Amino acid sequence: MRTSLIIVGALAVIGLSVSGLVAIRPAFAGDQLTITGYGGAYQMSQRKAYFEPYAKQSGLKIIEDEYNGESSKIRAMVGTKSVSWDLVDVNSSSAVQLCADGILETIDWKKLGLDRTKITGGDKFDCGVPSIISATVVAYDKDRLPNGPKTIGDLFDTKKFPGKRGLFKSAFGNLEWALIADGVAIKDVYRILETPPGVDRAFRKLDTIKKDVVWWTSGAQPPQLLADGQVAMSSAWNGRIYDAVKNSGKHFEIMWDAQELDWDLWVIPKGGSRLEDAYKFIAFASSPAAQADQTRYISYGPVNQDAIPHVDPAVLPNLPTAPDHMANALLVDPIFWADKGGELGQRFTAWLAK
Amino acid sequence: MVKTAGQIADSPDGVPLRLKLQRIEGRRKLKAFNLVVPLLLFILISFVLPIGRMMFNAVHDDTLLTLMPRTMAALKEWDGKDLPDEMAYAALAGDLKEAWSQKSAATIGKRMNYELPGALSQVTSSARKASALFAGPYKAALIEINPLWRQHDVWSLMQRGSSGYTAYYLLRSVDYQYGSSSRIIAVPPEKATFREVFLRTLGISLGVTAATLLLGFPVAYLLTTLPPKTSNLLMILVVLPFWTSVLMRTTAWVVLLQQHGLINDTLIALHVISQPADLIFNRVGTVVAMTHIQLPFTLLPIYSVMKTISPSVVRAARSLGAGPFYAFWKVYFPQTLPGIAAGCLLTFILCLGYYITPELVGGPNDQMVGYFIAHFTNQELNWGMASALGAILLTATLLLYYVFNKLVGADRIKMG
Repeated sequence: MRTSLIIVGALAVIGLSVSGLVAIRPAFAGDQLTITGYGGAYQMSQRKAYFEPYAKQSGLKIIEDEYNGESSKIRAMVGTKSVSWDLVDVNSSSAVQLCADGILETIDWKKLGLDRTKITGGDKFDCGVPSIISATVVAYDKDRLPNGPKTIGDLFDTKKFPGKRGLFKSAFGNLEWALIADGVAIKDVYRILETPPGVDRAFRKLDTIKKDVVWWTSGAQPPQLLADGQVAMSSAWNGRIYDAVKNSGKHFEIMWDAQELDWDLWVIPKGGSRLEDAYKFIAFASSPAAQADQTRYISYGPVNQDAIPHVDPAVLPNLPTAPDHMANALLVDPIFWADKGGELGQRFTAWLAK
Repeated sequence: MVKTAGQIADSPDGVPLRLKLQRIEGRRKLKAFNLVVPLLLFILISFVLPIGRMMFNAVHDDTLLTLMPRTMAALKEWDGKDLPDEMAYAALAGDLKEAWSQKSAATIGKRMNYELPGALSQVTSSARKASALFAGPYKAALIEINPLWRQHDVWSLMQRGSSGYTAYYLLRSVDYQYGSSSRIIAVPPEKATFREVFLRTLGISLGVTAATLLLGFPVAYLLTTLPPKTSNLLMILVVLPFWTSVLMRTTAWVVLLQQHGLINDTLIALHVISQPADLIFNRVGTVVAMTHIQLPFTLLPIYSVMKTISPSVVRAARSLGAGPFYAFWKVYFPQTLPGIAAGCLLTFILCLGYYITPELVGGPNDQMVGYFIAHFTNQELNWGMASALGAILLTATLLLYYVFNKLVGADRIKMG
């Protein structure tokens, strides 16, 4: 009787301890680096141009992860001191806001060994190193819509272009377009958006198409929505459309009017254990050769000015920064979104739920 | 030799038999308990503790208490009327300076922004400017830095924050908020979303339960009356989707229900409709996908109860003169009620917690409570709201189960 008690007790202790041990897997600095990007075709281009060449060159194992730009994940990691992402690709407003909140490591450019003046936008960010210049644009399928939209007002014109529209499920980017379509000049957009009546005006304009919108959250969705014919036109990140045209043979067309230019930056969450390796990787990824290489896979603009002469000539006309795309371009204001992003996000969620 | 009764009652070693019996019973119970202890610990650690912690998070919020200690102490003497005195402003200036150096100004601002829209940017800029203040008078200086500190509401908010517990999240989850002087008022209509969301969740769950019952009952009946070989084959067809991942089934529905998906293309080809119907990203898509996923949950308990009903009962009723429908309704159906109760309860409670399927195939007006809990956890990092919504959902579910129990009786539920 007593032996069976002992056996049962021992089994219980073993069971509980084994389940606890399984969770512990020691990982040391110097053997791997976890990099998180936006997934899809963009991450594929990073893999081919940065991760694989760097892994081969340095012997370091690169572990990839994906997310959709939610800065809250990075906050949660740093706040609970369980940082599993060593490097993250973020957009400019996340970089500014997370930096101000002390979530990111400040970049030591000397340690990086890069000339800050050679990197477009390098002087604007304390906690991040720019990686690419991307654009949010309106795209449509030429096969289904031979005469597509020409100006941003057409996105809101359901009489001329009936059918559903795809929009990014956030206030980010959509409020600016609403104001521009409502007649505001591009240089005045953020000034008007600072005021409450300006925000009301933007939401009122979005109300006019609200019932026709399909909201997407991940960069891979817009090309899929266009291919399925679920939407007549959609906002999208330009590189994803380029990839769908190049690699999937689709006949998508981009409307460059009111394109929203933004940076993507490499940032290092505070509290990670692989600072040295992260710096070495960023130095590699910002080198002219690697930057020019990435343009072979996706049409995002390199930030290293020394890389521009080496950019793949086939992709030059598709870059957001190509001269004929810059006529009516809007440069996203990261300070505005860092300040107001939280409030506007809450208002957007409430607006969406009504 | 004849032993006396007392002698028989004693065992050879002198211990009374009754005592020995008690000891053995006790040991048996202890052994049984030991076998259950691992499971008990597991349920305690993985179920009771996290849920308890979530309920605690719904009412516990010490952000302001820990990040603004001086102001909290100074506000103890404030009577709540007008504005506090110079000492409170001095304390506030001290706290803002520390917040700026510790980079916690945004956390304070975010908490205040929940109740006072616009407070986030005002608090962070005040903290930055206050770090340059070194001497009083603080009241005038702070009001000069930002008119926010002249508002009575922000001081009421801070006074409310001085206890570590708050009703704000629970109130907000039912569309109430604190107004001026900490009175509880209703949230303005354009921001009031949660009551509608809870009603929507209940409505969709009831609808899906009814749909699964209507679809599942005949199929369960068919499965019981067919010969074993055919019914086994049909059973595999019912259960096979059940074994496929929920995410894959939901994505498959996207392919079927799209504007140019299989269903629309077939209907257009058959000239039933001329324009593609809106089947997805709205309530239709949500209910269809959820019904498909929940069907086995309703069907299988009904089937297993039906299997225990002898076919001769209905035959007896018919032979006594009952019409076919009367026999079914008065004799067969009441016997299936325990299975129906089990299946419907299971489906209903599972539906209350759905969030992935409505997010993938529903529109913005079809999002259920689960979506908002996930949104507050993943996007806004507002643990208080997520916990409050979760606590209310849990309480509502338990209440509904209690009502169900009173009406139907849990002991009347059978799974076969």
